[in-house]
Amino acid sequence: MAAGEKPAGEALAGRHLARTPMAIAHARIDRLFGWLTQGIAALVLALLAGIIVSLVVSAWPSIERFGFDFLTSTEWNPPKERFGALVPAYGTLVTSIIALVIAVPVSFGIALFLTELSPVWLKRPLGTAIELLAAIPSIVYGMWGLLVFSPLFGEYAQPWLAATLGRLPLIGGLFSGPPIGIGLLCAGIILAIMIIPFIASVMRDVFELTPPLLKESAYGLGATTWEVMSGVVLPYTRAGVVGGIMLGLGRALGETMAVTFVIGNTNMLQNFSLFQSGNSITSALANEFAEASPGLHTAALIELGLILFVITLLVLAASKAMLARMARSEGAAA
Amino acid sequence: MNLPTNGARSVSGGLPRHTLAQGSAPAPLSVALGLRDFNFYYGKFHAIKNVSMDIFRNHVTAFIGPSGCGKSTLLRALNRMYDLYPDQRAEGQLLFHGDNLLDRSVDLLDLRARIGMVFQKPTPFPMSIYDNIAFGVRMHENLSRAEMDERVEWALSKAALWGEVKGILGRNGATLSGGQQQRLCIARGIAVKPEVLLLDEPTSALDPISTARIEELVTELKSEFTIAIVTHNMQQAARVSDYTAYMYLGELVEYGVTSQIFLKPAKKETEDYITGRFG
Repeated sequence: MAAGEKPAGEALAGRHLARTPMAIAHARIDRLFGWLTQGIAALVLALLAGIIVSLVVSAWPSIERFGFDFLTSTEWNPPKERFGALVPAYGTLVTSIIALVIAVPVSFGIALFLTELSPVWLKRPLGTAIELLAAIPSIVYGMWGLLVFSPLFGEYAQPWLAATLGRLPLIGGLFSGPPIGIGLLCAGIILAIMIIPFIASVMRDVFELTPPLLKESAYGLGATTWEVMSGVVLPYTRAGVVGGIMLGLGRALGETMAVTFVIGNTNMLQNFSLFQSGNSITSALANEFAEASPGLHTAALIELGLILFVITLLVLAASKAMLARMARSEGAAA
Repeated sequence: MNLPTNGARSVSGGLPRHTLAQGSAPAPLSVALGLRDFNFYYGKFHAIKNVSMDIFRNHVTAFIGPSGCGKSTLLRALNRMYDLYPDQRAEGQLLFHGDNLLDRSVDLLDLRARIGMVFQKPTPFPMSIYDNIAFGVRMHENLSRAEMDERVEWALSKAALWGEVKGILGRNGATLSGGQQQRLCIARGIAVKPEVLLLDEPTSALDPISTARIEELVTELKSEFTIAIVTHNMQQAARVSDYTAYMYLGELVEYGVTSQIFLKPAKKETEDYITGRFG
């Protein structure tokens, strides 16, 4: 420190203050606290690294045996010790995509209603009710899905879907086959119901943070509520909105119990129909882990877990990259 | 009905013909907006009390008064911005081309396209400079790409911003400086070709140079638009306006030609405020 450049009085005062026992004690506590927080932060990294290492080590027999084929094989045959991750990985991805396709627009509608259209007396009860949806244990969603939703879904909704969307070219194949209720589509819908409260409440919170003046400016030009929300509020809050969607997607990818109840748990993939039963990574783990023999079967299950971890990581990275690209394309000259 | 003489009933002296003739404003005068017994409430709070006045076409009308006097409230009522908030309401008449704008049947989207507004703080939309201007135009008109380009250039030129941004129209509006952003907001407001432009303390967040530019702009724009401006800066009101309304505690104390209000106010309260003895 260039104490000489300072006015003499100030420099003296500074030196004097620094020498008091109190100042020394403070400096010590500050340093100690700094180390403590640093240690806690480092612990998180260490845990993360530890989990990755132990997953890789435990999965190694399977990785060594099947290599890259593990990702492309649809076979899952514990007695013959032949394992492939394609069916559960496909199930995890497809059910999560279905959940997002349904949940994002519905959540946007809920958030739009709560922030712009709802009468004041309805805002709080409705907002609380939606948050309460998030508090329902996932096993309850699973039981409800299996016992109540899927029979009705198979009886009424699936035949109707097959008769309408099922007749369209290209996407028709997704809505064909026997309407048995449970399956990929059913699991996706249950997941959608489960993640709507998360996405909707994040969207509502970020919409409410939009400066009133910005909204008034758009209304002041003669914009409709829809034009204000989609044209101004949504772009303004997109970082938060993407964050909310990622929160929901993370939950959908990792959800186990509810999916296990309604996905059907079959390791087969006959066609691309969403009506058929399937499996997801998490429900394969939940169903088989307790009974898996040590060795290749366990290693294969752990490798499934590793794949889910990687998928989640990729999703997170992709969302960050998307936000960064949006920010760039906006700042750049056309 | 829209004669200036029958306006300003609760205002002492109103706007007698001879004072209007003396003003710097060129004849003939026509009324853009007429308020009759206008009252405004925030819930139970009576914020504007029995205001009657006329706002003249192609002139600048300034609203001055201490904080909380209701000047911003009055301005925001002129394009029914208060409709966004359920506990706010207006009573009386707000005449625009013979219609009472306070009627429930008025099409708010159309009304706000014809009575535009610029706020205290610049509020560029989170999109490119070009789209900031085109956003409002697209809602009301179906223009071809070339026509839209032309309109964007027209609006930005009117707002004295074209020269500074013509090379960077694709850049985000938020990357401009504060003064440029506010001119962008003015350009956005005039791009939809409103008849009336409401300016709510448009320079309160700006530096003196930007303020001077906006003031110049206001003077230039009045040939094409009717302008109502709320300002807490009395010098600004004196510089840019043709008519000045002094409000206090929700009442219109005095309204008249700006030079008269500032040089020879009819009321003691106005004089006290203007000379700085109060407020």
